[in-house]
Amino acid sequence: MNAINQSGWKPEMGNAGETAPATFTGNKALMLEEALIFEIGTAATTGVDLADAPKVAARLGNLERHRDIGLPGLSEPETVRHYTRLSRQNYAIDLGFFPLGSCTMKHNPRLNEKVARMAGFADVHPLQPVETVQGALAVINELAMWLIQLTGMHGVAMTPKAGAHGELCGILCIKAALAARGDPRCVILVPESAHGTNPASAAFAGFSVENIPATSEGRVDLAALTARLGPDVAGVMITNPNTCGLLERDMKAISDAVHAAGGYVYCDGANFNAIVGRVRPGDLGIDAMHINLHKTFSTPHGGGGPGSGPVVLSEALSPYGPLPYTARNADGHYTLIEEETAQEYHPHSFGRMTAFHGQMGMFTRALSYIMSHGADGLRQVAEDAVLNANYILRSLEDVLEAPFAHSGPCMHEALFSDNGLADGFSTLDIAKGLIDEGYHPMTVYFPLVVHGAMLVEPTETESKATLDQFIGALRSVAERAKAGDPSLKSAPHHAPRRRLDETQAARKPVLVWREPEQLVAAE
Amino acid sequence: MRYLPLTPSDRHAMLGIIGAKSIDDLFVDVPAQARLDGPIRGLPNHASEMAVERHFSTLARKNMTASQHPFFLGAGAYKHHVPASVDHITQRGEFLTAYTPYQPEIAQGTLQMLFEFQTQVARLFGCDVANASMYDGSTACWEAIGMAGRITKRTKAVLSSGLHPHYVSVAKTMARYTGDTLDTALPDLSAKTDSVRLLDAIDGETSCVVVQYPDILGRIEDLSAIAAKAHEHGALLIAVVTEPVALGAIKAPGDMGADIVVGEGQSLGVGLQFGGPYVGLFACKEKFVRQMPGRLCGETVDAQGKRGFVLTLSTREQHIRREKATSNICTNSGLCALAFSVHLTLLGEKGLRGLAQLNHALAVQAADRLTQIAGVELVNDSFFNEFTLKLPKEARPVVRALADHEILGGVSLGRLYPGTDALSKGLVVAVTEVVTSEDVETFAVALQEILA
Repeated sequence: MNAINQSGWKPEMGNAGETAPATFTGNKALMLEEALIFEIGTAATTGVDLADAPKVAARLGNLERHRDIGLPGLSEPETVRHYTRLSRQNYAIDLGFFPLGSCTMKHNPRLNEKVARMAGFADVHPLQPVETVQGALAVINELAMWLIQLTGMHGVAMTPKAGAHGELCGILCIKAALAARGDPRCVILVPESAHGTNPASAAFAGFSVENIPATSEGRVDLAALTARLGPDVAGVMITNPNTCGLLERDMKAISDAVHAAGGYVYCDGANFNAIVGRVRPGDLGIDAMHINLHKTFSTPHGGGGPGSGPVVLSEALSPYGPLPYTARNADGHYTLIEEETAQEYHPHSFGRMTAFHGQMGMFTRALSYIMSHGADGLRQVAEDAVLNANYILRSLEDVLEAPFAHSGPCMHEALFSDNGLADGFSTLDIAKGLIDEGYHPMTVYFPLVVHGAMLVEPTETESKATLDQFIGALRSVAERAKAGDPSLKSAPHHAPRRRLDETQAARKPVLVWREPEQLVAAE
Repeated sequence: MRYLPLTPSDRHAMLGIIGAKSIDDLFVDVPAQARLDGPIRGLPNHASEMAVERHFSTLARKNMTASQHPFFLGAGAYKHHVPASVDHITQRGEFLTAYTPYQPEIAQGTLQMLFEFQTQVARLFGCDVANASMYDGSTACWEAIGMAGRITKRTKAVLSSGLHPHYVSVAKTMARYTGDTLDTALPDLSAKTDSVRLLDAIDGETSCVVVQYPDILGRIEDLSAIAAKAHEHGALLIAVVTEPVALGAIKAPGDMGADIVVGEGQSLGVGLQFGGPYVGLFACKEKFVRQMPGRLCGETVDAQGKRGFVLTLSTREQHIRREKATSNICTNSGLCALAFSVHLTLLGEKGLRGLAQLNHALAVQAADRLTQIAGVELVNDSFFNEFTLKLPKEARPVVRALADHEILGGVSLGRLYPGTDALSKGLVVAVTEVVTSEDVETFAVALQEILA
């Protein structure tokens, strides 16, 4: 007799053929549904223990808040569980392959997180006397020096808070440089394949934006661009490598033509990761280029920021860069150049773009990444990123149309279109099919110059085995789309949610939670 | 190189499949004169994790940290205790290493969090709706001015003299390029704000009035009269909150008639971080929602009728509207929004009110102690956790002298308004729950000695 199994429990495999009924909770084992904090928390609950406030006569100007704020609280265990459950409904690089083109979803090293959290950087105030923040200023300065060396440029503006903020910074430098010479140029030329932020940034600064066409090989049409140059053109904004995944091989000629016509060259550096260590933008005649630290230099994307967008500047534009900036004195001491001393050191600055010194927490992470790789490693980063993208391009061009496959090697990303799928099937179906296969889809419907664009950016931090499995999966999904498999139209089947109704969300926006009784009362 | 998984044999095999002889074949499009033939000279090569960490430790030690010293700085960035679970949650890879939720079926975690964040911000500010965050308070403030211009089709913005001078600088930079005119003034070192100036300046050309609450000197003022006058003339009231913890104690700007309320959310969850990344808060009345900048998360249902969340109203945004977008913003401050939201969830209504009361009471006690020093006067009649002292001499060297005593003793108005003699004796002092009574005593003793 088995002494430890007297209750009748027997290991049993059950009948694997049965279909599962809906569960009572709506949960599916490890896939756990989670209500909103407003549905599970209460105003009387708190997860923080506070000292009692000493009794004093309030000096709040008779403006005490009496009405309920409506903020639910949770205890600490409930809080940790709530957000842990939410986190498990997210796809992330830590979980799997995330080939989102132009977004550069590479591994985020944890050393970077560790150094960013050192109290000496995380726990210092932006307005402390400069004598008490010499180490923080040193980090900014060291990163600035790396960025200048890697790009072969003259200076760098460190304060922009994200890529689009960096674009604005570069555009304002151009605007200021033109103003300094009394030149009223008002047109910025932008290729059709540009990120939407480019025209938006130029328009914000008061420029009118004109599109320039691409050639059939997916590059800027040099002849069309040159023909449009003239005394009204302030400059061009060109993404290089471009959003079709190609290097603009005429970049130097474009720069020379723009300069000869009196304009400036802005480069969207979102794709710098493809060429870091192989090409210096300064050698291509660029006047300004933002660098997304969250792309090339691996600071985490955090579900949509924070980013960081330092802008490297040519000698012509450096005098106009924003305040504040750090400077290193001959004695090794760091100073901050702010409005106070700008007249003396930086008199032509276009001014301040943000309250403080930029994204310090991103600077520490990016510098940690750059030092880890070093000059040799960064070159290898570009090479592996480009190798991985070409491997994907050449492994799939027989099953998916690759409109620019004939244009030579791609850079860090491979572009496909949805031409050749069965009637009624499109890029969206392929993307949703990939979700069921356990991948984050590629960038879809961008760039706009290709029908049903699919932009695949593997990055250098993926192994060959990962790429091989992805290639197999995308091939399988593409074949289903070409065969018109109806189950693909309803994908994803296995994600926490099926396809979501975006039309309804936009038609009657519900942007905040309201108590059910409030909703009833409102109707 | 520990972050690169490809092996030499992988690279060789892959080049073979691609049909390239060497990696250089893939870079043929680089013009010959711009090709680098090897690693950039003069830069160090790769380094071990230990070596990198050692370098940062050395630099970190050169900074005087807030938690290891009596600490009284504010003026737009505040030191609060952040519960340990906040950082634990923001370090979860599923939040940390996710992207903007473009594929909602596999991003419900981020989207639901943003929906909760938007609701928390709207309620805290007394507004109908809020967006999914901006870069920081200063850029949110400028975006609000731009939005008011779009709504009113006017270009004159009247800025309170109590608005953070760096926020004013940012607005000035941007206004120079958009054609907006800004009516600005310097603050007086007095208990009275410039609300009379604001009321006088509002006219039929005014797009908005911008008032910080509490203001740069810590003063708190009822915004109702300014809101009424603005609305009478078809202008909007924008309130700017740089210390959201204050709204656990004082009325929400939205409840006093503000049309747009923006703020810096750094106080909750994010930490000081030498100025960034922070998180811009942006809320407004529902009728203005289609003029808002930035990402918005909205509720909807999936194909099976289950509740879910998506990014919505993207026709306002740059990736659809390009040069006609309401803003060029793309990335926001998602992870900092998460930190803010987790901290506020841990606090809840009860905790936020308790925290606000504690901050105010400690600030009142500190103000009473510091004004016992001969020649030191309190400028404010009203304040929350931050007040301005008028010292008998210039405050900026005093702050430096306090640092020599290992005390981080506030922000001098000389730092914020360099060259303005009338403000040079002002010292802005913030007192939060992290300040102990011993800290206040240490500060008071040192200040007395320095002033003597």
